Amino acid sequence: MSNILDSKIPEGNLNEKWTKYKSSVHLVNPANKRSLEIIVVGSGLAGSAAAASLAEMGYKVKCFCFQDSPRRAHSIAAQGGINAAKNYQNDGDSTYRLFYDTIKGGDYRAREGNVHRLAEVSSSIIDQCVAQGVPFAREYGGLLSNRSFGGTQVQRTFYAAGQTGQQLLLGAYSALERQVGMGQVKMYSRHEMLDVVTIDGKARGIIARDLVTGQLERHFGHAVLLCSGGYGNVFYLSTNAMGSNVTAAWKAHKRGAYMANPCYTQIHPTCIPRSGDHQSKLTLMSESLRNDGRIWVPAKKEDAEALRNGTLRPTQIKEEDRDYYLERRYPAFGNLVPRDVASRAAKERCDAGFGVNSTGEAVYLDFFYNMTEKYGRTEATKKGIENPTAPQLKEFGAGVIKEKYGNLFDMYKQITGVDPYEEPMQIYPAVHYTMGGLWVDYNLMTTVPGLYALGEANFSDHGANRLGASALMQGLADGYFVIPYTIGDYLADEIRTKAISTDHPAFAATEKEVEDKIQKLLNIKGTKSVDHYHKRLGKIMWDECGMARNTEGLKSAIASIQQIKTEFWSNVRVPGEANEFNQELEKAGRVADFIELGELMCKDALERNESCGGHFREEYQTDEGEALRDDVNFAFVSAWENQEDGWKLHKEELKFENIKIAARSYK
Amino acid sequence: MKINLKVWRQKNNKAKGELKDYKVDHVSPDMSFLEMFDVLNEDLITKGDDPIAFDHDCREGICGSCSMHINGRPHGPLAGVTTCQLHMRSFKDGDTIVVEPWRAGAFPVNKDLSVDRSAFDRIIAAGGFISVNTGNAQDANNLPIGKEAADEAFMSAACIGCGACVAACKNASAMLFVSAKVSQLSLLPQGQPEAKMRVMAMVNQMDAEGFGSCTNTGACSAECPKGIDLSNIARMNREFFSANLTGK
Ligand SMILES: Cc1cc2nc3c(=O)[nH]c(=O)nc-3n(C[C@H](O)[C@H](O)[C@H](O)COP(=O)(O)OP(=O)(O)OC[C@H]3O[C@@H](n4cnc5c(N)ncnc54)[C@H](O)[C@@H]3O)c2cc1C
Ligand code: SF4
Ligand code: FES
Repeated sequence: MSNILDSKIPEGNLNEKWTKYKSSVHLVNPANKRSLEIIVVGSGLAGSAAAASLAEMGYKVKCFCFQDSPRRAHSIAAQGGINAAKNYQNDGDSTYRLFYDTIKGGDYRAREGNVHRLAEVSSSIIDQCVAQGVPFAREYGGLLSNRSFGGTQVQRTFYAAGQTGQQLLLGAYSALERQVGMGQVKMYSRHEMLDVVTIDGKARGIIARDLVTGQLERHFGHAVLLCSGGYGNVFYLSTNAMGSNVTAAWKAHKRGAYMANPCYTQIHPTCIPRSGDHQSKLTLMSESLRNDGRIWVPAKKEDAEALRNGTLRPTQIKEEDRDYYLERRYPAFGNLVPRDVASRAAKERCDAGFGVNSTGEAVYLDFFYNMTEKYGRTEATKKGIENPTAPQLKEFGAGVIKEKYGNLFDMYKQITGVDPYEEPMQIYPAVHYTMGGLWVDYNLMTTVPGLYALGEANFSDHGANRLGASALMQGLADGYFVIPYTIGDYLADEIRTKAISTDHPAFAATEKEVEDKIQKLLNIKGTKSVDHYHKRLGKIMWDECGMARNTEGLKSAIASIQQIKTEFWSNVRVPGEANEFNQELEKAGRVADFIELGELMCKDALERNESCGGHFREEYQTDEGEALRDDVNFAFVSAWENQEDGWKLHKEELKFENIKIAARSYK
Repeated sequence: MKINLKVWRQKNNKAKGELKDYKVDHVSPDMSFLEMFDVLNEDLITKGDDPIAFDHDCREGICGSCSMHINGRPHGPLAGVTTCQLHMRSFKDGDTIVVEPWRAGAFPVNKDLSVDRSAFDRIIAAGGFISVNTGNAQDANNLPIGKEAADEAFMSAACIGCGACVAACKNASAMLFVSAKVSQLSLLPQGQPEAKMRVMAMVNQMDAEGFGSCTNTGACSAECPKGIDLSNIARMNREFFSANLTGK
């Protein structure tokens, strides 16, 4: 095993590692902190939390985002909630159980040490957010409310209606802006980082482009933190924001940071199906809806056919003619199985001919039962109505549903024109999250010294599948509670390093490379738009490296992607100039990186001869169609090194000392 | 459907802008308004023209990026909906639609339909927070907060910072935006200790940024995609006067 992949997990018992680490890690004294500069790329949950916390500690921070305000980072769109092992519901939750659920949910492909630390700090995140004024949902007694999410049997998810990400991000953003006001953070909005500058093998700064003037800028930092989010948009259509991209991580990869498990992609089971070719993105319907919605398709093919061509409405299908396939296949977890399992099950039914909308790619998410029988009846009882009528049950139940999911129901209606209070929602899986990302050790440092990755940009905690409501937890854990400690380990040795002038040749050389690349893109002056190539790439990725993968498909995908790369660099049309506000140029740079990443994702998927979590290789499945893991040969993290002539695979072995590794069953 | 567009084109902050005519054929009623712009831009690029710049990111009505003034109304004809959530089924075949950027002195145009809203960030930096460093918090349930207060704070916190309120106001006042944040924090017990300082600092910054004064026409709330209520402004005014009185 190559020793560069030392995960640096502290020795000792699982539940003492982090405590011991914290009390023995190197510290930087306050006077020295003032002369240490840190660059934070990204202002989502991970970036805002890190920038604010590090500035509070006294470091000098520069924070970058490409949106016009840090508050608009993609984290803002998270809907459903954030996990924490508070056990406020007294339902048997604990740090260990959250740890266990996360390892199991990740299909035994994550590091025990990291995940346990995540579970340990989860509780403090909720405390911190409440102190900042985040308005979480509450019960009438004034205490915090919880709900459950897929892959768990406890209620540990904290939420703010369907706008949890927004409220958490606004909390972190307010902490960040407070530091901006105090002069501790300098914020660079509408700036895009286009390269990392390394000097003597260490990360020492970045090259960024001011997106309004188009000017390139050089910025020095004693350390650089990439909190740049996930790369789901490699699929063109995903639930990610339009601007989400891999560029920051990819440039780091090109400068020596390894990419880990790039093929682990989360396809979310409950998204609004696509409506046509003009589609620019897909919209998530939060997983929390699965608490109250039952998923089904018609049991008879002729009904499916009639639903597809619009001669039948779903409400006309009788109870006995419906196939609640998740409840049928997975009685223990039912509609709350983890995302990868739910997505594949939907695909299986649609491929078998039971899909329902005009494309045949949709299943129903039906609230009628809980609306009337669960909530309607309870409300009727509260009102003292003994024999409520059917319309009464519906009216009362709809009130409760509105309170819980009102904004999601409105959004669904706005997009599809169909009222989900009257008819079941149509849903289909869509690309949502990337478990893969930059390889980091326990300190969140990549293989480039001084270069860190936090949040969705790293690969650290979710293994091959992420549980719902755990990304927000991880982003904030990394930013508020992990990096403030772990960065000291590195910076304690940097206190003698004076700020390096950006006239240093390394800055000039890197800037020149960035400039040349921009000019190259502008000078192609071909005939096809950037989107043209992005859509083609996305289709290949979705067909061959999406919910199901196989050797042949992946091989052909690699060949097609190489072809797209050649065409892109000879025939793309990027209008406008470098020194101006130029959104096509921004997109072109991002798509160029997506194309290269796509190839690596397929290569990684091809290399991994097993099925685990979000990575389902058709050759490796049980007779019942469940994923078949191979723990003897594949219990490792794949970490890819970029080399002149391709990629080199390094393996970090995963050791399970506290959890018995087992087949993952939700039956 | 076929749609005629008159779109504000302005090369940069210094240049003079003008409305230009465009035609978009093959518009599907299921397209979002921004997807219609995607189609137009794709067409402009293939023809060798400069595509239209506009801000957008989430396309789900939550990030607050999108900001088009459509037929004289911020975010277009529907109430409670951002530009990105507006669909072409709200228009008719053959319609002519005029699209302009937010108009306000404090929001200078970057290019075409994109404006600079960083003034909002500076207002938050002046006081739109609770001063609590990471790690200083007590257990979350040690501070029960009545459901009603929590829900009300949440309603104010729903503001997405889009700036439609400013664009809708004839005085380009930012009162609705500022009061939403002031209200959220003053409705919660955690926000009390700094309440007076906060409202003074935020209002002063708002004035310094060049936003106009509020004359209570209510246009802001009527056009706000998140239904931020006018009562937020009333609450902020009360807080501001009481802070002024006590000289804090
Ligand atoms: C629709 C949706 C709903 C979700 N719901 C949930 C949920 O309920 N619970 C949950 O736990 N998770 C949820 N997730 C996942 C979760 O939202 C994300 O994983 C998480 O917010 C990522 O946070 P982040 O800080 O890592 O990155 P992001 O929030 O994506 O932020 C990335 C930041 O990096 C900046 N950036 C990127 N590249 C550059 C560059 N080159 N130069 C400068 N800046 C750059 C961006 O401007 C941005 O500020 C959801 C995701 C989606 C898509
Ligand atoms: S108050 Fe409404 S209109 Fe104004 S910024 Fe907030 S969400 Fe936008
Ligand atoms: S693009 Fe995010 S609100 Fe419209």
